[in-house]
Amino acid sequence: MVTLAVARRVSAGRVGAVVGRNVGALRSGASYWLVLVSGFFEPLLYLLSIGVGVGALVGSVPAGDGRVVSYAVFVAPAMLAASAMNGALAETTFNFFFKMRYAKTFEAILATPVRPVEVALGELCWAMVRSSVYTALFLVVMVVLRLADPWWAVAAFPATMLVGLAFGAVGMAASTLLRGWQDFDLISAAQFSLFLFSGTFSPVGDYPLVLRVLVEALPLYHAVELVRGLTLGAPGWAALGHAAYLVAMVVAGLWFAARRIERVLCA
Amino acid sequence: MIHARGLVKRFGDFTAVAGIDLDVAPGEAFGFLGPNGAGKSSTMRMISCVSMPSAGELRILGMDPVRQGPAIRARLGVCPQLDNLDPDLTVRENLTTYARYFGLSRAQARERAEELLDFAQLREKAGSRVEPLSGGMKRRLTIARAMVNDPDLVLLDEPTTGLDPQARHLLWERLFRLKQRGVTLVLTTHYMDEAEQLCDRLVVMDGGRIVAEGSPRSLIERYSSAEVVELRFGDRVLREVVPELEGVADRVDVLPDRILVYAKDGDGALSEVHRRGLAPSSVLVRRSSLEDVFLHLTGRTLVD
Repeated sequence: MVTLAVARRVSAGRVGAVVGRNVGALRSGASYWLVLVSGFFEPLLYLLSIGVGVGALVGSVPAGDGRVVSYAVFVAPAMLAASAMNGALAETTFNFFFKMRYAKTFEAILATPVRPVEVALGELCWAMVRSSVYTALFLVVMVVLRLADPWWAVAAFPATMLVGLAFGAVGMAASTLLRGWQDFDLISAAQFSLFLFSGTFSPVGDYPLVLRVLVEALPLYHAVELVRGLTLGAPGWAALGHAAYLVAMVVAGLWFAARRIERVLCA
Repeated sequence: MIHARGLVKRFGDFTAVAGIDLDVAPGEAFGFLGPNGAGKSSTMRMISCVSMPSAGELRILGMDPVRQGPAIRARLGVCPQLDNLDPDLTVRENLTTYARYFGLSRAQARERAEELLDFAQLREKAGSRVEPLSGGMKRRLTIARAMVNDPDLVLLDEPTTGLDPQARHLLWERLFRLKQRGVTLVLTTHYMDEAEQLCDRLVVMDGGRIVAEGSPRSLIERYSSAEVVELRFGDRVLREVVPELEGVADRVDVLPDRILVYAKDGDGALSEVHRRGLAPSSVLVRRSSLEDVFLHLTGRTLVD
């Protein structure tokens, strides 16, 4: 009901204008491209160093569905999910915070017919575009290195878009609460912990029960499992559960972020 | 255009606007005058439908800001106190991007941006980023941006604060042109000359309330005398001079460095001063200004 009421009042044109603003910023700023490029290489370097490098020592691991796969094949989808997360978070944390608190970009936008929820939606769409650029390139790398089948790679792409939306929305919600730049350390710490402990580098099935329950509550775990099922060519019913978790992140994050933008900027 | 009754804005325990009544007619240039913290900006934010009233009645362009915010904002032009131009975009893109928020098509946005670049005299800077522009240029761009939707009502919060005299005069001239085109202007300022230059009618706010209302001329007539004599007395302690001025004028005001004598006839008051044997070291007889009204109504204590 609530979502319906919101949807009826949201104007696609105004959301598009917010996205368009970011396209304009991208066009006229060389520095932005540099950030974009560096964000892509990070997970790729992890894939090569740990997936391929350490993988040569590890050999094979259980994929979770009974099959045994090479370590690089196991790690690659996790790096894919992480790059979707990183791309979206980079946009909705640093850039979003700057636009909200320093450049007063949103303040200017809210003096027009654009509403807070439309700002949040526009920013989130843009974050998803950025994260999708990363994941599309990453999928190409995976196919080239024979870490995924081309058709399953295509199937995994929309799943990475959902991952971008989910982390983008939650990151945006968190950004509205930050007090200053020093708080970004908290976000980086959370992001890196997720990156290490979400079943990214080792199968969760091997963990003690307590740890396993803990890891299975983490958002990146669901992103990794969803994406891994697809790139390994064997999505199970559990994928629906993972997807539902991510959709819940999108809805909750958006709702919270829109409310906070209104609270802070429309006082 | 604007209709307010008993308008209140509270932030927690603090009351920024304590119940004001307002009516602004189409085509009018209306000013809010007052010291810092008087409630001018809070009032402006409510009129621009960004901040919701805590109590009272408010109608903008005949609509209700609570329920019809986007529809009202579509017809407003807002120039905030601090420039919030987009630092990631060029001058031209600042205009085209803003036009898109109002739902203009790409072609319309481009066309409108070209017109406004001329209006703001920023054609040579069209491809430049915002950051290297001078204060006056940024201000003109902000005002041009506020015009992008061809608004019926333009709100300007301290439009010329921090600008040099040339930039201010250029800006006033641009604003005067808008007024001639029939655009309704509402502005806040604490520059008296600005209020006298631009406003048909104004209110003086202090402590969240309206303390006076009228045209600049009528306010001067009501709250000040026609003329003011400024007397300086070298090293003499000014307080000691005051009793000797008894009866010379309607009102006398002591400043650290001079005494202001408010009189209908400045020269007459001055000859009376000389007749009493007072010998001021320097004398200035001038017409009363809005500044005298302002200081009379809102006091001389510094407000921050």
